Amino acid sequence: MSAFWSAWITVITLAVIIGCTWLLLATRKSEKYKETTEATTGHEFDGIEELDNPLPRWWFQLFIGTVIFSLGYLALYPGLGNFKGLLGWTSANQWEEEVAHAEEVYKPVFAKYASLSIEELNQPGNEAGLKMGQRMFANNCSVCHGTGGQGAYGFPNLTDKDWLYGGDPQTIMTTLINGRRGAMPAWGAVLGEDGVRDVTNYVLSISGNEHDAAAAERGQTQYNTLCAACHMPTGKGMAALGAPNLTDDVWLYGGKFEQIAHTIRAGRAGVMPAQKDLLSEDKIKLIAAYVYSLSNN
Amino acid sequence: MSTATANTTYNYKVVRQFAIMTVVWGIVGMTMGVLIAAQLVWPALNFDTAWFSFGRLRPLHTNAVIFAFGGCALFATSYYVVQRTCQTRLISDGLASFTFWGWQAVIVAAAITLPMGLTSSKEYAELEWPIDILIAVVWISYAIVFLGTVKNRKTSHIYVGNWFYMAFIITVAVLHIVNSISMPVTLWKSYSAYPGVVDAMVQWWYGHNAVGFFLTAGFLGMMYYFVPKQAERPIYSYRLSIVHFWALIATYMWAGGHHLHYSALPDWTQSVGMVMSLILLAPSWGGMINGMMTLSGAWHKLRTDPVLRFLVVSLSFYGMSTFEGPMMAIKTVNALSHNTDWTIGHVHAGALGWVAMISIGAVYHMIPKLFGKAQMYSVSLINTHFWLATIGTVLYICAMWVNGILQGLMWRAVNEDGTLTYSFVEALEASHPGYFVRFLGGVFFVTGMLLMAYNVWQTVRAGSTVAKAENPDPSAATA
Repeated sequence: MSAFWSAWITVITLAVIIGCTWLLLATRKSEKYKETTEATTGHEFDGIEELDNPLPRWWFQLFIGTVIFSLGYLALYPGLGNFKGLLGWTSANQWEEEVAHAEEVYKPVFAKYASLSIEELNQPGNEAGLKMGQRMFANNCSVCHGTGGQGAYGFPNLTDKDWLYGGDPQTIMTTLINGRRGAMPAWGAVLGEDGVRDVTNYVLSISGNEHDAAAAERGQTQYNTLCAACHMPTGKGMAALGAPNLTDDVWLYGGKFEQIAHTIRAGRAGVMPAQKDLLSEDKIKLIAAYVYSLSNN
Repeated sequence: MSTATANTTYNYKVVRQFAIMTVVWGIVGMTMGVLIAAQLVWPALNFDTAWFSFGRLRPLHTNAVIFAFGGCALFATSYYVVQRTCQTRLISDGLASFTFWGWQAVIVAAAITLPMGLTSSKEYAELEWPIDILIAVVWISYAIVFLGTVKNRKTSHIYVGNWFYMAFIITVAVLHIVNSISMPVTLWKSYSAYPGVVDAMVQWWYGHNAVGFFLTAGFLGMMYYFVPKQAERPIYSYRLSIVHFWALIATYMWAGGHHLHYSALPDWTQSVGMVMSLILLAPSWGGMINGMMTLSGAWHKLRTDPVLRFLVVSLSFYGMSTFEGPMMAIKTVNALSHNTDWTIGHVHAGALGWVAMISIGAVYHMIPKLFGKAQMYSVSLINTHFWLATIGTVLYICAMWVNGILQGLMWRAVNEDGTLTYSFVEALEASHPGYFVRFLGGVFFVTGMLLMAYNVWQTVRAGSTVAKAENPDPSAATA
């Protein structure tokens, strides 16, 4: 900040502290009585009088004590404008020190597992590593995917064998490191309401659900033109794009008629956030091993 | 005492109105609190209805207890105290009446818009801009009535209680107007005038001074009248009141930064917020000492006078929470307490223990005098109310201490691999018993308020049926 604002802050802060202290000392100095008495100031308001008693000594000392502590604190820590404080402390360097300390302490713990592959981590004998993966999953992933990885509306279930992008160890790692963006375009404007209804019926038909056969037949034509590029003509989906399999009756956004219709009409935008800037690769691997274990052990 | 003769010359109508509404809004606001406390124990009580959900009812609860209950108590007592200690009538009956109806309109508008989800999202300042403008107009009218009446006083000095009321009225006007400056987009949507971290600082400058001036200075004004009056003892030390008044209002202004420890707020602002909060300890305690020591020579009255008991116990809770506050403002303590239920407990030590209890005591003191009765309908009901309120407050605070420290410790516990030992949900699960105890405490407190409403109703009603036959003597204490 500029020298002016720095001076402004310094002067006003000190003026308030020193002003309060001055009032305290001046009032104490002018005390008429040094002990508690029944003498009043002579004022009277609706029958209420005021005694002219001295400031309680312990209270005076408490006040002075907090002032001394505060001035000491302002000398040691940043507070008076641009003055950095004698200790050179900042909240940013405190954080950096704590992170560095954590790195140093915990690195060896994770390094133990660095040479093992995700499959090897799932072999007997490495339960401790998987357990760490589970804890990190609970801390970082469970808010969307649930504490057991069972998923929720809009967030995939990680415990079944149904994968959007693939469930092999390397793909799980890629998903965790770089994140994913699922983009289902909105087709409402292209299809119109009738078209949305027809395609919905077709999607219901290929997943073995109740549907209007005539509408489904009309919808198939539209499906082949607009949807098959990603979801494939068979409806089995395409892992490279994360396009879901529509034939297995597993639904990310619900499998009721209106839910499917809404997905087709308005599209969907799923986001799996990238973890590479948040967690080290050693940690991500343990999480991936845990996720892999959910559907493979 | 020479109070009886003056009754006819004072404007008691507006005091009566505000005093009755204090009880009404107290019940409404606290019931709302019990409801949202129950929602935290049994989430199904949200009924999957947006306007009935915790997120919308919580601001309704805080606005109702702070501004409706607390606000009406402050209006009632300040109008009562300023007339009696200045020995003059309010300068304008019309303007005083406007502050009553205007304030009730604000409260009703809050009760409608908040459940609808209309909010500026600023804590304790959620109301949208049209209501903010009404608040500003009512508040400035209040300032005119109060300051004008003080100016008209027949006494040479201004009583210390009125210093506190004046500091409260003037500062709340400044806080409200500065914090609420925003750009309206539609009738019910606006955006704050301040960007990012500046907005956060302005918000907590407002937020902490809402505590400091609305909930502390205003109620200290109340304390300075009703404690000596009910105890029939002189104020302990005039000197102490001078020092603690000026030190309190000078340092409170700076303390808001402690709400934003370890945030994007610059380090210097956090440090200044912390040291000013620490210096605030002694000035805060000055008020407690002056109230408590006023009782020296009258302690025996506590045995028989439940109204005095309300007033004195409120001072104990005030002393306790103003010790707790500076401690929680210390960065290292705050690192544990921040975002936990400890904060909620701290606030309620002040809100239930201090603000509500002193208001309840003051209303019990005023009601018989305002309605020309010798005393309240039932003194033993006041006593029952006292114990319900005290037990309720203690249950509430203890539950939140346990929960807060539990949460703080669980959130920071780490395993040997550096991962967090507990997920958020586990800490929430561990808090469940505390949430139930908190709910129970709230039920106790509201039950007491219902007894108060009955007692007040019976007192007022007896006044109208028995008429003036009893020749009321307002100077007779309820003891």
